[in-house]
Amino acid sequence: MILLTRKADFSSAHFYWNSSLSDAENERIFGKCANRQGHGHNYTLEVTVAGEIDPVTGFVVDLKQLKDILEHEVVSVYDHRHLNHEVPEFATAIPTTENIAIAIWRRLEGKIPNARLHRVRVYEMPDLFADYYGEHQ
Amino acid sequence: MSTPIAHLSRRYHFSASHRLHVDALSPEQNAETFGKCNNPFGHGHNYTVEVTLSGPVDPTTGMVTNLADLDSFAQRNLLDLFDHTNLNTLSLFRDQVSSTENLVVEVWRIFSEYPHAALRRIHIEETNNNSFEYFGEGVPPSVTFA
Repeated sequence: MILLTRKADFSSAHFYWNSSLSDAENERIFGKCANRQGHGHNYTLEVTVAGEIDPVTGFVVDLKQLKDILEHEVVSVYDHRHLNHEVPEFATAIPTTENIAIAIWRRLEGKIPNARLHRVRVYEMPDLFADYYGEHQ
Repeated sequence: MSTPIAHLSRRYHFSASHRLHVDALSPEQNAETFGKCNNPFGHGHNYTVEVTLSGPVDPTTGMVTNLADLDSFAQRNLLDLFDHTNLNTLSLFRDQVSSTENLVVEVWRIFSEYPHAALRRIHIEETNNNSFEYFGEGVPPSVTFA
């Protein structure tokens, strides 16, 4: 089995707010991330897939195809968007790095031919990232 | 649906000096074992510590742990202890070599006390070319964590 990783970048706005909490609680828990005008990041997505090498092509997956899937399923939806206001999964989930990793996993699961999704890693910035390995990890 | 488990990693940076040296060895043995790292005056690195915590994503906050809690813990227990110090002068290294292997185990012990999420892994970069990882006592790095 080989693990193969493809990166993609997107730049988005977000803020952290839980409407079931009071304003004071939101500000205590989320600090400056609770500014409802939003702020933004350059995110880096790393998608790792697991599979066997195709004896004909020598590939686990066709990287161009994987790039196109990431573009279609994630980047075109997230890039230069406000995650809270414009991306449906964050109408109900706070767009933390953890929840973004989980949401991207769910967008990609089952969509990559000939390989199994192994890990989704989302960097909010170079010193902060979240990993998700699916429901069972 | 059960609460998903995610892994949050945060990188911290500190600068410190050290010297690899064992009193029980002769000067020649120290020089032979540790090479230029045995320079009696010491030398230094910009260390990067990558801390990985694992746990269910809290449905209220969307987080494995609140970054403000983790950063303040790291400031008090990691950076205040190590940044701009000579590692060999610290009590942690009184009886052991200040190698990054020993450092990664000590940093594991520090973050294992973090109360808000389970520690999964400590990764330390001593230079751009050398890095060390520790997953705790008796826990081999899982292939699923590659």
